[in-house]
This record gives sequence, C-alpha cells and structure tokens, in this order.
Amino acid sequence: MRSDILLEVQDLKTYFFTERGIVRAVDGVSFEIRRGQTLGVVGESGCGKSITGLSILRLLQKPGKIVGGKILYHLRREGRDGSHVEEDIDITRLDPDSAEMRSIRGGQIAMVFQEPMTSLDPVYTVGDQIVEAIIYHQKVTKAEARRRAIEMLARVNMPEPEQVVDHYPHQLSGGMRQRAMIAMALSCHPSLLIADEPTTALDVTTEAQILELLRELQRDMGMAIMYITHNLGVIAEMVEEAVVMYLGRIVEHAPVRELFHDPKHPYTQALLRSIPKLGRKSQARLQAIEGMVPSPFAIPPGCAFHPRCASFISGVCNTAEPPMVEVNEGHFASCFLYGSDTG
Amino acid sequence: MAEHQQKPILEVKDLKKYFPITRGLLRRVIGYTKAVDGITFSVPEGKTMGLVGESGCGKSTTGHCIMRGIQPTSGQVIFHHRTLGPVDVAQADKETLRQVRLNMQMVFQDPNSSLNPRMTLFQIVSEPLVVNRIASGEELEDRVAELLRLVGLLPEHMHRFPHAFSGGQRQRIAIARALALKPQFIIADEPVSALDVSIQAQTLNLFQDLQEQFNLSYLFISHDLSVVEHISDVVAVMYVGKLVEMAETEELYHNPHHPYTEALLSSVPSPDPDIPKSRIILRGEVPSPSNPPGGCYFHPRCRYAKRICAEQEPSLREIEPSHFVACHLADRLSLRGVMTART
Repeated sequence: MRSDILLEVQDLKTYFFTERGIVRAVDGVSFEIRRGQTLGVVGESGCGKSITGLSILRLLQKPGKIVGGKILYHLRREGRDGSHVEEDIDITRLDPDSAEMRSIRGGQIAMVFQEPMTSLDPVYTVGDQIVEAIIYHQKVTKAEARRRAIEMLARVNMPEPEQVVDHYPHQLSGGMRQRAMIAMALSCHPSLLIADEPTTALDVTTEAQILELLRELQRDMGMAIMYITHNLGVIAEMVEEAVVMYLGRIVEHAPVRELFHDPKHPYTQALLRSIPKLGRKSQARLQAIEGMVPSPFAIPPGCAFHPRCASFISGVCNTAEPPMVEVNEGHFASCFLYGSDTG
Repeated sequence: MAEHQQKPILEVKDLKKYFPITRGLLRRVIGYTKAVDGITFSVPEGKTMGLVGESGCGKSTTGHCIMRGIQPTSGQVIFHHRTLGPVDVAQADKETLRQVRLNMQMVFQDPNSSLNPRMTLFQIVSEPLVVNRIASGEELEDRVAELLRLVGLLPEHMHRFPHAFSGGQRQRIAIARALALKPQFIIADEPVSALDVSIQAQTLNLFQDLQEQFNLSYLFISHDLSVVEHISDVVAVMYVGKLVEMAETEELYHNPHHPYTEALLSSVPSPDPDIPKSRIILRGEVPSPSNPPGGCYFHPRCRYAKRICAEQEPSLREIEPSHFVACHLADRLSLRGVMTART
C-alpha cells in the first residue's frame, strides 16, 4: 500500500561536527509513517529522538548536518482540474531556507515542542503569530486569517478565544500556551504533526487535557502524528506503533501492544522493568539498568547497549552491529538474540 | 498498619505561609498569596512521607518552611531532634536552628543549580563537615571518600568538578553532601524529576538503601504519582495550599476519598496499553492561590460539587483510621482508585 505512506525515513544519519569530535546523533534510522497513523518514538535523553524530528523539518542548527539517508515525503495535493497530484519529495535534498522547504514546514509538516516559548514569540500576540502562519501558507485576507485563528483557538478548547487572540504569550498559563502552540501548528492543516514531548513540562491533569485534545484533533483532522517522548505511559496511551531508540539507532520497532507485552530487545525489556507502575506498590527495589548511557563521543563498538545488557554475549555483541530482524510480523528488533537463522 | 501511632520525627501543625502582594511606590500590601494555608501532618520516624500536588500547590514552599529557608507566617514545625528533643523549628533561635539543620537536610530537583560548578566534588561534599568543624585533614578526606562510595561514586573522582559527571551522578553528589552530617531527616524536593528513566530507578533504589542503612526519614516532594507511590509509606495530596487527602500509600491509591485525588490518579498515563482508559478530564485550570474560589477550592472543577461545596470550606477529617480527607461529600461518594490490569 505505497499510496498510504506519508513519510519514509531511510537510513537517516545526522551528525554533529563539534570541536571534541563527531557526535553521531542519528545513525542509520529508518521508519515510515502512514497517513493518519500515530507513530511513537521513545528513548532517553541523547538517544537522537528529537534530532530525528528536527532533521525531518530541516531545523537542525550548526554544527548538525544530515550526512546520509533519505527523507521521502509523499505530497498529495489537488491539481488545477481537481484531480490528485502525487509527488515524492526528498527533504534531505532541499535547501533548509528554500521556498519549497518553507512551504512544507508548517504547511505539510508542523511541529510542537516541550516548551511552548520556543515557538511562541514573546513580543507578538498569539493571534498575530497564528495569522502570520496562515497568510504565509494560504492565500487569504488578513481579516479571514484572523477569523480562522480564532476558530483554531476555539478548536483547541482555549477559553475565551476572541480575547486570547489579542493576548501575549506571557499572559497565558502553561497549558494555555501549549494549546496556542498546537493551534498555530495545526492552523494550516498539516498532514503530519511532529510532537516533541508536548506534555512533559505540564502537570498531570493538564497533560491529560492536552493528550485528549491531540486525540480529538487527530480524529477530526486526520493528520498523522509522530509522537516523541521519554514517557512510556504516554506511548502506551497515544500511539499504535512505536520505535525505541538508543544512542542514535532504532533498537526495536513494534505495534504498541506487542512492545509492552512482549518486548524483544533487552533495552526495551529493562526500560519497562525500571519504571514504577502505578497501582502496583511493592516493597521490592526497582530493577534499574546498570551503568549509564555512554558519552556520545565514546559509543561502544558493536551493539551500543552491550556494556549494560544482561544478555551480553562476549565476542559477538561487542564486535559487530546487530542487524534488524523481524521477530514477529511487523515486530523488529536489532539484537543478536534473534538470529538470522529464522530468516 | 498503625502508622499513625508511630513515633514521629516531624510534626507540622497548621503551617501557613502567606506572601504579600504589593503595589505602587510605597509597596502597599493589597493582598496575600496563600502559598501554604494551614496544613497539618506528621512524618513517622524511619518512614517516607510523600507530598504530591501540581505545580504551584505549595509543596515546595512547605519543604522550605520546614527547613526554615523561609519564615512561615504561622504554625508549628516540631522536629524531634536526636539530642535536643522536640524543637519548634518555626520559633527556634539561631543556635538551635544550626543544631536542627545538622540533622535535617535537603536535596533539590536540579543538581546543576544546587552544585557550585567551581567547586570540586571534595569541596562540595566536605563543606558541611568543614563549616561545622566536624572533621579536618586526613579524616576529612576519608569521610568524603566513604560518602562517595556510599552513593555509588568512585572516591578517585573526588577532585573533579561537577561538569565531568552526568545528571544522575550529580544527583548522587547532592545526596552525598546531604548525608555528610548524618542527618535524621531529609527533605527531597523532586529529586528524580530531571533524571532519565533508567537513572531514576537507580536513584530511587539509592534513597531506599540509605533509608534502611541509616533509619532515615524522608519527606519526598514530587508531582510524579508513580514515583511517590513506589517510595512512600504515607502520602498527602495538596491542592492550592491545602491538604485535601492523606492516607497510607496503598489506601490512598486504591481507595481515594477526595475527587481531586481520583482525578489525579486517573490522569497518569499508564505504561500498559490494555488498561482501560477512563480518564477524568478536569475542566479549567488550577485557581491562583492569591485569589482562590470560595468554599472548597476544588469545587469549580469538581464533577460531584453540590451547593455546600461553594459555600463552606471543608476541613480535614479522619474518615477511616489514619485516612484523612477534606471533602463535604466524602461519606457519600464512592470513588475510583488506580486502574490495574488483571493479572
């Protein structure tokens, strides 16, 4: 079902060339997102999950650079005669500042961040900022854009949208800012929303409101969501399929129920065991993962997880990179425990 | 079971902290922010009391008032000192306070801001020992080495600076410093919130090990309900400066009696895709502690609210043995605790 695919990331490599050496922040990541699908990207800090998101939007800052791979975006738009025109765009080949990239960014793919103030400008009103985005991507008058901005604010359940449209970001609470940012991101009806830890800075009850809102908006607007988070609870609730990243690589990729009930990669297994689970109080200690995430300048050879892995096989895991193996239908893991003898 | 009969290490009685709101050149006081508004609880010796609530509910202010980092407006903070016996920290003179603080330490959320980047590990951890003239010379060095070993750091690293360590290790440094004076009681304010999941588990285990080893008592302040459940023996829930519910951990999580606790528990995203999702989405926002609503502060967002809730403020009462709740309707409501999948 090729026509269903919205975005294909193929062997993406994004490196940072720093004075201390090269950081392979994203090192050969591949996945695809279908139209209307929710894909979760989960991992601890420094695993490359946010850099993957920023690479897709070409928002990387120096010294970061995409050094390999492809990001294919399957653009579908209506032609002049009303028929669907399909076009494949390799985002890695575009100039980040080009008109084409700018029309994709915001118009086709939008992003929301953990901290709303990274995308809201403190010296403009919320309305001005949404209006600017609408006018950039759509041919409408200012008055019409303002009407749509208010409509969008109402759509994200902002209280008193007619007033809030003229408020400055500092006049809003954290949850309201997050709503304003989501309104801005969705104002041009993107086909893909990249949500990078959108609820991490919020309180649980506000988080519940925002998660509910995102689900509702997805149902109504039909966009795909790439949900980046470190919170396994959010992954379990929000996505259909998830990839687990560790040190710039995908270690496991599975439908979400399988990921939680039958995790295959030792890292995923350990991660799931190490979190306290609500409602299951026990006197036992948590099963922590030993050691810590290695420095990005000294990624261990072979499987990067081997120094912390309970199933470490000497002479195997520390010498070669494990290939991605399909352990079940649609369930992939990159670990030598699942040999190529099955395939 | 009979936790409430145990010897307490700390008793907080009707603690209040009002911050004045001033206006104009003469800084005329036009109102008060009631950050902490009459809370009462006690921490049993050798146990952990969890204090949960959303941002701005006054949980950190409570911690600071107990240490007397800020002067409480009124109320008592009785600390059962190892040698001095019960002392009211809120009224203590300078010398008594010095004695109290030898036995009461604090660990903060962000080790980057609580550790001086220009001091080495040795200087940071030895400072409390030097200032209080407890050790010097070789003995000092031995003590620091012992403390570092205790929290799982290598004594060889004692002449390095904090920047050479990861977030989890820095939190260990902060814990080592807190332990230097062999305190009886530690206030931990969101100590694992800034850490990655795998590191969070290690740090929680460390807290538990140290408690066992030294019979430490903790006040564990956090917004993370899963973490609080894991570590606490007793849990208190705060909302806009007041305690709304307090009980033994399992009782509170499985048999809550306050609608706010119920909503909080239902809001936590659960890392299990099979748990039925029936979230209680609270309407609106947390009211400002400078201008709270009348009656029960929670009534505008409460789905069970009756007329009495808007008119009278409920007081904290013991509804079942050692289960306290501040709700007019507590006897009549049957609320839902944490949802767990049947296993």
